[in-house]
Amino acid sequence: MRLPAVMKTTAARLSALFLVLFALCAAVLVAYMSSLSVRMLTQQTQDTIMAEMQGLDSAYRRGGLPMLVRVVEVRSRQPGANLYLIADPNGRILSGNVESLEPGVLEIQGWTERPFAYRRYGESEAARRALRGEGEDAAAAPQEPNRHRALALVLRLPNQMILLVGRDLGEPEQFRDIVNRALVLAFGMMGVGAFLIWFLVGRRALKRIDAVSQASSRIMGGDLTGRLPVTGSGDEFDRLSENLNVMLSRIARLNDGLKQVSDNIAHDLKTPLTRLRNRAEAALAGKPKTAEYRAALEATIAESDQLIRTFNAILMISRLEAGYSAEQTAPVDLAAIVADVVELYEPAAEAVGVGLRAGAVAAATINANRELVGQALSNVVDNAIKYSAGSGGAPSVSVSLARKPEGLVLEVADNGPGIAPEDIERATERFVRLERSRSQPGSGLGLSLARAVMEFHGGRLELSPQNPGLSVRMIFPGDSRRHDEA
Amino acid sequence: MAAAPAAAIFAYRWAMKILVIEDDREAADYLRKALAEAGHNAHVAFDGEAGFSLAADGDYDVLVVDRMLPRRDGLSVIAELRARGVTTPVLILSALGEVDDRVTGLRAGGDDYLTKPYAFSELLARIEVLDRRTGAREVETVYRVGDLELDRLSHTVRRAGREIPLQPREFRLLEYLMRHAGQVVTRTMLLENVWDYHFDPQTNVIDVHVSRLRSKIEKGFGPPVLHTVRGAGYMLKAG
Repeated sequence: MRLPAVMKTTAARLSALFLVLFALCAAVLVAYMSSLSVRMLTQQTQDTIMAEMQGLDSAYRRGGLPMLVRVVEVRSRQPGANLYLIADPNGRILSGNVESLEPGVLEIQGWTERPFAYRRYGESEAARRALRGEGEDAAAAPQEPNRHRALALVLRLPNQMILLVGRDLGEPEQFRDIVNRALVLAFGMMGVGAFLIWFLVGRRALKRIDAVSQASSRIMGGDLTGRLPVTGSGDEFDRLSENLNVMLSRIARLNDGLKQVSDNIAHDLKTPLTRLRNRAEAALAGKPKTAEYRAALEATIAESDQLIRTFNAILMISRLEAGYSAEQTAPVDLAAIVADVVELYEPAAEAVGVGLRAGAVAAATINANRELVGQALSNVVDNAIKYSAGSGGAPSVSVSLARKPEGLVLEVADNGPGIAPEDIERATERFVRLERSRSQPGSGLGLSLARAVMEFHGGRLELSPQNPGLSVRMIFPGDSRRHDEA
Repeated sequence: MAAAPAAAIFAYRWAMKILVIEDDREAADYLRKALAEAGHNAHVAFDGEAGFSLAADGDYDVLVVDRMLPRRDGLSVIAELRARGVTTPVLILSALGEVDDRVTGLRAGGDDYLTKPYAFSELLARIEVLDRRTGAREVETVYRVGDLELDRLSHTVRRAGREIPLQPREFRLLEYLMRHAGQVVTRTMLLENVWDYHFDPQTNVIDVHVSRLRSKIEKGFGPPVLHTVRGAGYMLKAG
């Protein structure tokens, strides 16, 4: 079965769903209310009958059957909804204001369990006249206009005579009908209202979704700078759009990163690869001796190792920058990493005449990846040692860790020649090797990798010139909440 | 750094039976030849299923398993072998190099992890260290190489009966070298096992530590015991 087109919209479906739910609730409410009112009115009727019965009971006690009959005669003539009937043991009506009854009612002892039909005295002539025109047997028509419904209490007197006191249900039933009608009307109005509200709300939602869908079509069309509309109301549609916008930004960043990586690979790996090739070519040219072959091969291996290193570093930086690295974090003692790295590099530093020492180190445990932080710090320390070595005086590198307002600051300071202020920005870019460091070994990616590691941890890497030297500050956020969630 | 002399240095030693499960035929063939040159007996399987049945039936000393294999991936091969009670040491080879890739590999039942591309000397050194027949030293409390003696309980080092005071890290360095005496130990193996870091230190930091240790255990004593293996690493060996 095909739904009409309008039912294909989420708004219409939601409206229909809510209407059905609402109708169910309203129906339950109506049923409850009407059964409650019927019970209440029945109770009231029974109370009235009981009071009448007590009155008749006291008359019977005072003057026996004649007194009872007299009282019944008197009361029967009074206007009102009360019914009185006295019948002989065979059910023949002797006195009262009831002309005929549904058969079987007088056999009951006590309360009639359900309302019964009866005909009031003096009404049958009018009824017969009304029915004669239609030519139907009056007795066979159960719903004839002047038959009423009543509730009654039937008692047997000691002499087997039957006494019935009842009350017409016309009033309570009318009341119930009114309640029912009111409830049905109210329910109808509520249903229509619900439908209208939901249709309007749904239409609005639909329009917003359409806007988002159009915007995403445009973005898919190639305009990656496009963003989804945000109304500023802060509702769930805005949140959805905002999240999608964040996602788009990230995609754009990944895209840029990928482009940059391919550019870098193309541009910077070509040089060492060409060198590699030239070296092999040169070794083959002429008639080299075994020793020359060996030297060429050794150089080739060394160059390949360097290439692998560079390649690994590029991959690692891209993965970290993209933020989709699977690396896990755990509570890590930063002070222990400082001690490890200082201890690891100290002999190498000493060998090139640089004094490497750990300065003030605060105890600090943060959520981080020990390997990554260790590698970042070792890159920074390595860099500092290389830069300050041979700078004259007493070159030294000091590593310290302190809790500062901006976060946990891991600082590596050297007293080497430093970096010219105009080069500071470029120093952490990929592959940038400042002129004077071209002769140093390394991929030129050490600081870029350190920066990527810091950003992965929600922190940052800051380079600032000192007089003399350079200070590299690895700043971890004071509370690394980002990784508590991971 | 030259790989060429490595084979000559390794050749004198025991022959191991090694299974290489690697789908790149050229790489697998190169490994088989190079391992044979180093004096070992290597078999090759080109996919996960073949590798699994060979490893499950054959009596190998070490398995070299690539992570990404056709028909069945390397980690599942290892996990299944472990589940069947095969305890043959496994060296995982992988092009994936992140810290957590290594952790996943080791958790699956691998014993060591090497990222491609690698130097053959590094691979060989790691394979030989994995061989169970040389691993008995784990339980020894005193390591002896020639007249050099390291007591793991009292944390003392003696050579020719004379105590040599060592820094804690130097002690761990020597302990690792002595545990694998007679085997080539590479710089990255030292960084991993003595410092517990797995990154590439880029500089010769390990060399400087080793030469400091060397001067402590050799200066004023008999013949050198801590040898540099060109293009590979270090080896502690008497005589």
